Amino acid sequence: MNEMSQIKPPGGAATPVLQVTDLKKHFPIHGGFFGGTTGHVYAVDGVSFDIMKGETLALVGESGCGKSTVGKAILRLFPITGGQVVLDGTRIDDMGAGTLRPMRRRMQVVFQDPFSSLNPRMRVRDILAEPIRNFGLARNARDLEERVALLMDKVRLPRDAVGRWPHEFSGGQRQRIGIARALAADPDLIICDEAVSALDVSVKAQIVNLLQDLQQELGLALLFISHDLAIVEHMTHRVAVMYLGKIVEVAPKRELFAAPKHPYTEALLSAVPQPTPGVQRERIILKGDVPSPINPPKGCRFHTRCPYAFDRCRQEEPPLRPVEAGHLAACHLHDRPEAENPLAGAKGARLLAV
Amino acid sequence: MASATVLAPNAASPATLPAGVNAAAPMPDVLPPVKARKGLVGFIRRNPTMAVGAFILGVMVFIAIFAPFLGTVDPTALAPAKRTREPSAEFWFGSDMLGRDVYSRVMYGARVSLIVGFSVAALASLAGLTIGLISGYIRLADSIIMRIMDGLMSIPPILLAIALMALTRGSVRNVIIAITIAEVPRVSRLVRGVVLSLREQPYVEAAIAAGTRTPTIIIRHILPNTLAPLTVQATFICAAAMITESILSFIGAGTPPIIPSWGNIMAEGRALWQVKPYIVFFPAIFLSITVLSINLLGDGLRDALDPRMAKRL
Repeated sequence: MNEMSQIKPPGGAATPVLQVTDLKKHFPIHGGFFGGTTGHVYAVDGVSFDIMKGETLALVGESGCGKSTVGKAILRLFPITGGQVVLDGTRIDDMGAGTLRPMRRRMQVVFQDPFSSLNPRMRVRDILAEPIRNFGLARNARDLEERVALLMDKVRLPRDAVGRWPHEFSGGQRQRIGIARALAADPDLIICDEAVSALDVSVKAQIVNLLQDLQQELGLALLFISHDLAIVEHMTHRVAVMYLGKIVEVAPKRELFAAPKHPYTEALLSAVPQPTPGVQRERIILKGDVPSPINPPKGCRFHTRCPYAFDRCRQEEPPLRPVEAGHLAACHLHDRPEAENPLAGAKGARLLAV
Repeated sequence: MASATVLAPNAASPATLPAGVNAAAPMPDVLPPVKARKGLVGFIRRNPTMAVGAFILGVMVFIAIFAPFLGTVDPTALAPAKRTREPSAEFWFGSDMLGRDVYSRVMYGARVSLIVGFSVAALASLAGLTIGLISGYIRLADSIIMRIMDGLMSIPPILLAIALMALTRGSVRNVIIAITIAEVPRVSRLVRGVVLSLREQPYVEAAIAAGTRTPTIIIRHILPNTLAPLTVQATFICAAAMITESILSFIGAGTPPIIPSWGNIMAEGRALWQVKPYIVFFPAIFLSITVLSINLLGDGLRDALDPRMAKRL
């Protein structure tokens, strides 16, 4: 995986494919005899970001931080609690199901588990034909067959495999079918929800390369939801770090990996395994567990585990704001004098300077 | 897909190898391709329980359909002079206290049992499927429907069927309706559970993202995947319904006495049980064997339809 240099920064005019503003999703907790609401899980609590045409934005964070919920909320797999989602200049979060349906063509999804993401009782041809038929993309039966064959070519699967059942394929091949299904609708944006996490390393590399090739070929924007920082470093342009339902830092990949501006990002990066044996470096071990999203802490959500937390962090929630050009972070440390800020300038980089 | 390329190295000529490297001798295929036997014999070998169950059930269906041609006489014909005869050449299974031929009555009785069993299984599956799909998909309906089902399930099904029969006249149709109502809660609970887990499946979410409408999702993605557990459940309902029908007839709350059913025959023979046991014995044996065959069939189906054991969907 050393084709990092091949990734071109998003070219052309910076037109956002997707703009998410203050997205919120609170899941009600049901209890009692008639299923009344007894509380909420604040899974996503005010998340904002943009994705440009042809860009890959990674959404990283540990399990349960709400990153998959962001993906599903954008796809409108459930109604959202608050905020705005704008796709190609059209606001979609408040659309009715009928008006939303044609818009769904522009955003598709690839899921983590290649075994449960394909209906076991449908042949590959029918799986790929479903979005084409739904959006009326084929003129007739021959055109449909031709499109399905082209999709198989795009994901490097043999054309004559369209008559097979999903269980006749391996995990990597199934993931290719999943990608082909996402491409069938001819989308502008694909949400990859941990799309390579369930695959073994060699297959993972193949799928990552396939996604990169397809992005170059078709100018796709990707929202790459992952917890695997090595893959994220390899294939994305920008990275957004999530913690407990909020984005704590957004930056271009190089800046983020070189000089993190949020203590959580810093801790996350220090946990990435080093490929060089014998190299010692500082590890930041966070104390305690992630607080419950049912009852998130007041002030900064990270203050219970932050090694640098001070009084203000316990009182006041830091907004996500520019710290450097194109580098956003939600941390009060950057209001302090540089001498007292452990993450000022390139200080955060000491972890990686080995 | 790669089977052809796996075998290829054996066929490569040793001349292409560098000097000093000896090619391994071609190995015979360690695992000769296993040919699955096709046809009836193969099916019986793979699913012996299912085959036995299906065979016995087939015989019972044959008896029910061709009862008039199996050496029977009119099952309701009275012969007061020939009451309570032992089994003999004239009365294969003996005769009851009104001189009716027990063999003929048992053969005709298969009709009632099978009609009730199959009808209840079909109707309860259909009703349970509809209710289960609705409550699995509509949250508001779910809490109401499921509380009603919980209430129905708290009453033993036989007691519920007796209560329902007490409200109406005894007829085969009413027996079917009463047992169906008693069985529906279990089926709808099963279907609802399956639907709730299926609608969270990523392939359903992908279908939503791909613009598939909700009715199509239910028909194309949810329904086919509920059919396997439902079919298995239907066989057990069929068996349970036959037993319930017999119990209802036995206590006089089911099929009217004019129609011979296994439960009726047993009920009428009950008074003479200690001196003439064969009147009760033969219908009881037929009922047990039929219920056993359906349960065997259901067990076999459960194994055959289990996706983890699926050889071919």
